[in-house]
Amino acid sequence: MSELDSHDVAIRCENLTVTYGAEPVLWNVDAEIPRRGITGIIGPNGAGKSTLIKSVLGIVPVTAGDTQVLGSHGGPLQGDTIGYVPQRSTVDWDFPTSVFDVVMMGTYGKLRWFQRPGKLQRDETHRALEFVGMEAFGKRQISELSGGQQQRVFLARAFVQEPSVYLMDEPFAGVDAKSESSLFEILRKLSDEGATVVMVHHDLIRARDYFDYVLLLNRRLIAQGTTEDALTPANLEKCYGLESDSILIEAKH
Amino acid sequence: MNVSELLSDHTVRVVVLGSAMIGAVSGAMGCFAYLRRQSLIGDVVSHSALLGIVMAFWIVYLLTGQGNRSLVVLMPGAFLAGLASLLLTRSVVRSTRLKEDASLGVMLAIFFGSGMMLLRYLQRGSPPIPGRSGLDQYLFGMAAAMTRADLWMIGVVGAGVLTVMSLAWSRLKIITFDQDYAAGLGLRVDLLEVVLLALIVMGIVIGLQIAGVVLMISLLVAPAASARQWTYSLGRMVCLAATIGGVSAGLGGVISSIGRSLPTGPIIVLLVTLVFVVSVVCAPRRGFISRWQRGRQIHVD
Repeated sequence: MSELDSHDVAIRCENLTVTYGAEPVLWNVDAEIPRRGITGIIGPNGAGKSTLIKSVLGIVPVTAGDTQVLGSHGGPLQGDTIGYVPQRSTVDWDFPTSVFDVVMMGTYGKLRWFQRPGKLQRDETHRALEFVGMEAFGKRQISELSGGQQQRVFLARAFVQEPSVYLMDEPFAGVDAKSESSLFEILRKLSDEGATVVMVHHDLIRARDYFDYVLLLNRRLIAQGTTEDALTPANLEKCYGLESDSILIEAKH
Repeated sequence: MNVSELLSDHTVRVVVLGSAMIGAVSGAMGCFAYLRRQSLIGDVVSHSALLGIVMAFWIVYLLTGQGNRSLVVLMPGAFLAGLASLLLTRSVVRSTRLKEDASLGVMLAIFFGSGMMLLRYLQRGSPPIPGRSGLDQYLFGMAAAMTRADLWMIGVVGAGVLTVMSLAWSRLKIITFDQDYAAGLGLRVDLLEVVLLALIVMGIVIGLQIAGVVLMISLLVAPAASARQWTYSLGRMVCLAATIGGVSAGLGGVISSIGRSLPTGPIIVLLVTLVFVVSVVCAPRRGFISRWQRGRQIHVD
């Protein structure tokens, strides 16, 4: 496994342990995610992938260990450090609001508590909608969107923050194949422009095409490294257990 | 007596104005409880507030030797007890394996149980505490007992709640829609959450005098649920819910003063419930009729 130079590291976890009640969800995870490129956090259901992201964001209590983002330790993050794209299913899509308003929420981090978004924020919102190809949907109710469109809206909301790191939780869950590939094109564009894109992904199909770098996680860190080095049949078997034969075959394609 | 004569009557004017302000404030705050899927906290807070009301009454009696039932004394007690019940619920959920609904139920039992016990004790104890009669009106509400001083208290608290709501609007909106994302933005979600809960608790305890602890939840939830049927933006939903709550409560005050022995609280509750039923049936797109017609169209096509 290659050791990264410290200024090439976007996210570092040191001995990270997170427990819910008495149950450990993450156990002693030492991981490094490089700057730039697209990194996949891969592992079976219940492997602690979302928890890893949330501990980096500082929104779940960490039992032991430490996380750093671009060299600064855990604690209140600046709005422009991380653009968080939560799982679509965590919000109520029947909430009475428009696509434009949701995307504009990305600007709230820079506003004081009594401030309302103004022209600057609206312009940024328009740009973000354009970037994800949703400019025609600004006035649409969020309840009228398809899964892929919802995901683009969330991505645009993170884009408005102009973050250096995108942390995405299962962006392709429940999204049809066509939307998935056009979403991925957008992510590739972000990464080409210098952003670090990190996503939780539980589907091994196409992982080889998508990621420059992978973390294999199952409560413990199983492997990390370039996709070439780390996404090996042996590591996958260690990560997914005995039933992984079919997954391996698919992953080899 | 016609309506204009009625409204020139001082007592009636106080009741109608007070009820309308209460309806507007609890209607507005109810939207946040409704959208957070926490409508039932209305029931827990209002019942828990009874303990705060009788405690405040008791403490003031012990300090001054006089019973005082004005809102200036009782509302802070109600507010503290109501907020305490919610914050305790949160810490129970976080530190035990109890789920939120069970924890809320436990808090309601503890606070309301002790409130009822203390209420009965104060009412039956001897020597009798001066001013204690009427303390139990908070169970079912008694708008007619509203005084001018109460009206001021309601006005000041209500205006305060609505002012904080509009100032912190963006923050309250984002933590209602997506708390994890708000935390990821670096916002102080825990603090904002307490502020929002405090505003909702104010919106509840402000109305106890007219609706009582038993019926208060309908004044909180029905306007919000009705408004949701007709609008598609949070701002319009809050305005509409405040209007529905305010007009229904004011109208309830008028109706109860026309008829003899008609209780204000239950009339207001029936009015907001009527608005809710009409909204669920008739609203465009979300309403029952509209959805039934669309369903039939698809069938015919």
